[in-house]
Amino acid sequence: MKVLVAVKRVVDYAVKIRVKPDKSGVETQNVKMSMNPFCEIALEEALRIKEAGLASEVVAVSMGSAQCVDTLRTGLAMGADRGIHVEATGALYPLTVAKVLKALVEVEKPRLIIMGKQAIDDDCNQTGQMVAGLLGWPQGTFASKVLLDREKQLATVEREVDGGLETLCLDLPAVITTDLRLNQPRYATLPNIMKAKSKVIKKYTPQELNVEIKSDLEVIEVTEPPKRKAGVIVSSVDELIDKLKNEAHVI
Amino acid sequence: MMEKCRATRRLFSHSFKSLFNHRSVSDHSTLRSASVFTHHFSDNGQRCIPLFQLQKSDLLARASFSRDYKQTFWPPLGRGLGGMMCALQFRSFGSAGTKIQRNPSFATLNSDDVTYFKGVLGEKNVVQDEDRLEFVNADWMHKYKGSSRLLLLPTTTDQVSQILKYCNSRHLAVVPQGGNTGLVGGSVPVFDEVIISMSSMNNIVDFDKVSGMLVCEAGCILENLISFLDNQGFIMPLDLGAKGSCQIGGNVSTNAGGLRLIRHGSLHGNVLGLEAVLANGNVLDMLGTLRKDNTGYDLKHLFIGSEGSLGIVTKVSILTPPKLSSVNIAFIACKDYLSCQRLLLEAKRKLGEILSAFEFWDSEAMDLVLNHLEGVRNPLPPSVHNFYVLIETTSSDESYDKEKLEAFLLRSMESGLISDGVLAQDINQASSFWRIREGIPEALMRAGPIYKYDLSLPVENMYNLVEEMRVRLAQKAKVVGYGHLGDGNLHLNISAPQYDDMILAQVEPYVYEWTSKHRGSISAEHGLGLMKANEIFYSKSHETVQVMASIKKLLDPNGILNPYKVLPHSLSTH
Repeated sequence: MKVLVAVKRVVDYAVKIRVKPDKSGVETQNVKMSMNPFCEIALEEALRIKEAGLASEVVAVSMGSAQCVDTLRTGLAMGADRGIHVEATGALYPLTVAKVLKALVEVEKPRLIIMGKQAIDDDCNQTGQMVAGLLGWPQGTFASKVLLDREKQLATVEREVDGGLETLCLDLPAVITTDLRLNQPRYATLPNIMKAKSKVIKKYTPQELNVEIKSDLEVIEVTEPPKRKAGVIVSSVDELIDKLKNEAHVI
Repeated sequence: MMEKCRATRRLFSHSFKSLFNHRSVSDHSTLRSASVFTHHFSDNGQRCIPLFQLQKSDLLARASFSRDYKQTFWPPLGRGLGGMMCALQFRSFGSAGTKIQRNPSFATLNSDDVTYFKGVLGEKNVVQDEDRLEFVNADWMHKYKGSSRLLLLPTTTDQVSQILKYCNSRHLAVVPQGGNTGLVGGSVPVFDEVIISMSSMNNIVDFDKVSGMLVCEAGCILENLISFLDNQGFIMPLDLGAKGSCQIGGNVSTNAGGLRLIRHGSLHGNVLGLEAVLANGNVLDMLGTLRKDNTGYDLKHLFIGSEGSLGIVTKVSILTPPKLSSVNIAFIACKDYLSCQRLLLEAKRKLGEILSAFEFWDSEAMDLVLNHLEGVRNPLPPSVHNFYVLIETTSSDESYDKEKLEAFLLRSMESGLISDGVLAQDINQASSFWRIREGIPEALMRAGPIYKYDLSLPVENMYNLVEEMRVRLAQKAKVVGYGHLGDGNLHLNISAPQYDDMILAQVEPYVYEWTSKHRGSISAEHGLGLMKANEIFYSKSHETVQVMASIKKLLDPNGILNPYKVLPHSLSTH
């Protein structure tokens, strides 16, 4: 069984986000970029499935600019068997990504797609659901535990929902999106970084996959959240009460 | 981002348990044990166990005068706030107990003095409140505690000048204080010295975006300077665990080292100028911002690292490097110390200009971190390794930097210098690697009683000391070695089940003698302060120390500036 994992290159989780002066987007020049943390978890889960003997191959996919190859290299160093880079310029929105993934499924024929529940840059949380919809596959989103049954070709997915855990049983092929508590991703060790150098990254263009890059969405403006005002130190209880009453309007 | 993660660990660095023992032994007298190494616990705290006698060393013979002033001193009752008749007991050269007497030539504070200070500083910057004084009288480890009755908070250089001029004429001893994060008792009073806190002088005077020259007042907190510069696209040339509290004036006065010294060098290189006030109130304006200035003696260096004993630093100008965008970190395992050394040499050669940190620790330190710190995991696949190394590179080009580091690591792996390793793929992973290295002091503190030494040694035989200590102590205590390998700075730590004279006798003065024999320094980056003032001869010759004493005498003839610290007590009390 082949597992396809989507990995996205995003501004590093620990970087302070700055909005471009022209408000067209977020500053990504000279900013540390890393693999989306939820994608790391997805890849880790795929590798564990393979190590448990339930999968034969893990293929990592990334879409976007040429630098996405770095993110794929990280994935290969973690243990993915090969990479696919769909080179595209400009913004990619969930529906486009889902269409590209659908086209790749037709080429690669995986039985399972694992991906992060969302990317930390746009926080869309849509791609997994859209891919499942386009393919007509069952989906297990926000997975916090995944069990595979090779005999019955079933995936059992525990998902964190309001008020507890929900357990779903999916027929393979299926789409699973990962939540934070599913696993703790491994580090890229030097021997594996070395091995990754000889692994193959295949390039596609959207045209080769017959997908048109377009969007029905237009970003008008990106702005920073309003700055929190500094607090004040009040000098007396009376002043505090006055402020709570007349400024905060809470009493 | 990395700074942020480090800041969470700041005050755990070099932590000790509270070792302060303070009680009255006779009329007007206080007996106090001031050093972790001299501490003698008794169950009820009522009796003091006699200090352990050790063999005299050769060095001791050379410097024996430093112990010969045990005469008891009974000062007359002072007027006003009362005389401070205190004695401080500690172990000199790890061999015999010595009492520090309050220097009888110092006056005691009276109400006229307080009135004068209020006239200069205003009512609110003259603090006599017990609670606030309690806080500034003790160091943060609660290892040293003085009994000062007065805290002064000057806001200008002129005020510092007026304070010192007055104190000098009155023979009132003073202790300058910054963030009070020192580890050797240098920033708190020993007896009743007036505390001059620089906290209120915390303005940034000037920043030149072209040259990266920062001019600021001494009381600026290091972390505030770091975030100010971050917005300008620059960094401070020093970074240390205590950055959230420590002040730049204190950093300069103690010549603080830290994590990036291998890249940016010491403050002797980065401080381009400073303004200091001498004991007599004269202001030395050496606040130059020039990289090159060969006009006469470069006196500013006297104030860098002299721990406030020659003058009070009020302003500094520092050369700050631009902030570079690409940081990469590798966490590496080596099979033996020789491999660590060879790896350092290779890293200097092959990583050259991008190397920004090279830290090492042994498997004992690693075990402590994994056992005592929550949420820390070994980034490497389970296996036994003897040594761990953290290499950080910083440069302007992400792909170039990473490629270079990767190539270096892979080559080193092929040649067998590295047994295993991981390369951080994102900032989060990078922070988790730093967490392990910087969590060592915290883990040690949690493990129990601890004897700490901060030594500069030739890299070649630095670790031999750790191995020799293991043989000497056998099963009695755990010996841990870690530190800034790139700078030849070993932090030798002995983690014991309890504070024990038998263990101490095995450690001191052996460690100091060993360090001296290998021409090392008994204080690499912590300073001498009160703790090691008398041990200076292990690292400096008698002649050198005599010159230091002459300089002290010249600049501070009455010895009012930070007395009992840095220089041996026999010399500094005249």
